Amino acid sequence: MTTSNTTKTNDLDGMSALVTGGSRGLGRALGQALADAGARVVLVARDAGPLEEAVAAIRARGGQAHGVAADVGDLDAAFAIAGQAAALVGPVDLLINNASTLGPAPLRLLLDTECEDLSRALAVNLVGPFRLTKAIAGSMVMRGRGTIVNISSDAAVEAYPRWGAYGASKAAVDHLTRTWAAELADTGVRALAIDPGEMNTAMHAQAMPDADPATLADPVRVAAQIVAWLAASPVVPSGTRARVRAGGVQPREGAS
Amino acid sequence: MTPAQTYPARRDDVRLLVIDPVAASFAETRTTALPALLRSGDLLVVNDAATLPASLRGRDAQGREVEARLISLADEARGADPLFWAALLGAGDWHQRTEDRPLPPPLAPGDRLTFGSLAAAIVAHAPLSPRLVALHFDVSGDALWAALYREARPVQYSYLAHELPLWAVQTVYAGRPWAFEMPSAGRPLSWETLLALRGRGVHWAALTHAAGLSTTGDPTIDAALPLPERYEIPAATAIAIAEAHRSGGRVIAVGTTVVRALEGAVAAHGTLRPGSGTTDLRIGPHFRPRVVDGILSGTHAEGESHFALLGAFAKDDLLRDAAAFAEARGFHTHELGDSMLIARGVLRDPDTLHRHTFASSLTPSAIGPQTSLRIGAPH
Repeated sequence: MTTSNTTKTNDLDGMSALVTGGSRGLGRALGQALADAGARVVLVARDAGPLEEAVAAIRARGGQAHGVAADVGDLDAAFAIAGQAAALVGPVDLLINNASTLGPAPLRLLLDTECEDLSRALAVNLVGPFRLTKAIAGSMVMRGRGTIVNISSDAAVEAYPRWGAYGASKAAVDHLTRTWAAELADTGVRALAIDPGEMNTAMHAQAMPDADPATLADPVRVAAQIVAWLAASPVVPSGTRARVRAGGVQPREGAS
Repeated sequence: MTPAQTYPARRDDVRLLVIDPVAASFAETRTTALPALLRSGDLLVVNDAATLPASLRGRDAQGREVEARLISLADEARGADPLFWAALLGAGDWHQRTEDRPLPPPLAPGDRLTFGSLAAAIVAHAPLSPRLVALHFDVSGDALWAALYREARPVQYSYLAHELPLWAVQTVYAGRPWAFEMPSAGRPLSWETLLALRGRGVHWAALTHAAGLSTTGDPTIDAALPLPERYEIPAATAIAIAEAHRSGGRVIAVGTTVVRALEGAVAAHGTLRPGSGTTDLRIGPHFRPRVVDGILSGTHAEGESHFALLGAFAKDDLLRDAAAFAEARGFHTHELGDSMLIARGVLRDPDTLHRHTFASSLTPSAIGPQTSLRIGAPH
């Protein structure tokens, strides 16, 4: 794929970035796009194999990338992830909380959802990103710069049957994003949420196995759009929630 | 004073002993009152080093128990394949005081150690002691850091009731993991406090200093502590310090590591320059700081090595009286203990609300809902 080369920019040159869920789908594409733009990238993922592959792919294209194998849903992982990342690329300038789990798979009605599945969705999608942000954003505030990006979803806004666990976790992430932005006003640190839209990823296939991949966006293209948006000048104001759709990044909440 | 054995319920609400070397007086309040004690134009300089898990427990080739406590990075130039200096301890664990631990087995360069899934070779001894060795790990880069965070634990203290997890040894602004033990003077700073300070016009800035071990149990090594430590002073911090001094503000170092970095840099270059370096500066009662005007630190009792360092900021008799007062008031020491602030004018400042409190001694609410200021005077 060469799409991300079209977003080549120097705005992220020399920045350090951490992307969770970085071994596949949107996370892997974001890591590649950020490295193409000159960032030093740390990818976080649970499985070491796919993670090493994703890191090797970035390095093969001349990018700087590192891997940290960890589960963001693990209570004790946040400070170990933050420490390893800062040891490898320096204090993190850009944190992208991208790792997500659907909760029950296949998706279930709420009445059929096990409490454990809802808890796991909240642990990975909400509490994990909160902990990792807590472990990293303090250093950003002390240095007076940094960006936190939480990957959200259409399901955070619309109440789709069977998406209850995932949707509730993403709605909470949107709210935390706005609260981070409010509390970090005037510190130089931004908090943004972005709904990447429906993409041709393993997670989407898991949720909707019958969907026609041809109707879904390519995560590489979506990642390129997100990275261009993050590097845009003037900078996107803190607290913004944007959507990626066929026409590009739409930085305002509209009717879905 | 006895050590605090557990982590405080709120990191930013512990006792604070305030010492004013010019007024020759001291007072008790709480760390929540810090914003009221400093004034617009003052600058707080923190050490933003995150704390590494630096304690590795394992065995030598003969199966004998060894603990290696990493103490410094031996050679920065090795980059992704670093060499660490480590102090070796024998069998047992952190529940025992380091000086009571059995000696490690005699080990020589070439000997190998395994710590779970992480293996290392001893490549050198320090001239100082055979227990101070350079360790080269079998893995490097991503794999080395992953293995350290998997196999090592934060350095623990024998007075603790429970083992400290990694989060408990971090400050709220920790960045790169350069510190081998927690830069604990900054532990009571919360963002609530830091943002309240900024709201009062007090600035903050950071440097990174690779705090080493506080004790190894080897008398020869311990007598030589702190060993040379590396630091990095950002340009923005050097500028903020110059600005504070130009405008008559006080530069308050959060912890002895910050004093070492700043004064070490000045001692090396004659003037404060941004950049990185290594300092072997030792600070004691006869040291006259050229950059730092005051210090926020943990409380230290007479006889502790840190107590001697405080002598650079206040006269011995004042410190002794203040320490006796803190002792009588039940202050706790060490990494999880109470705090002290030493700075000129801090008990004589007409701009701060606490002067009013000082005068009346009866309106604790003047400096915060849970604070009261108890005044002591030197005997």
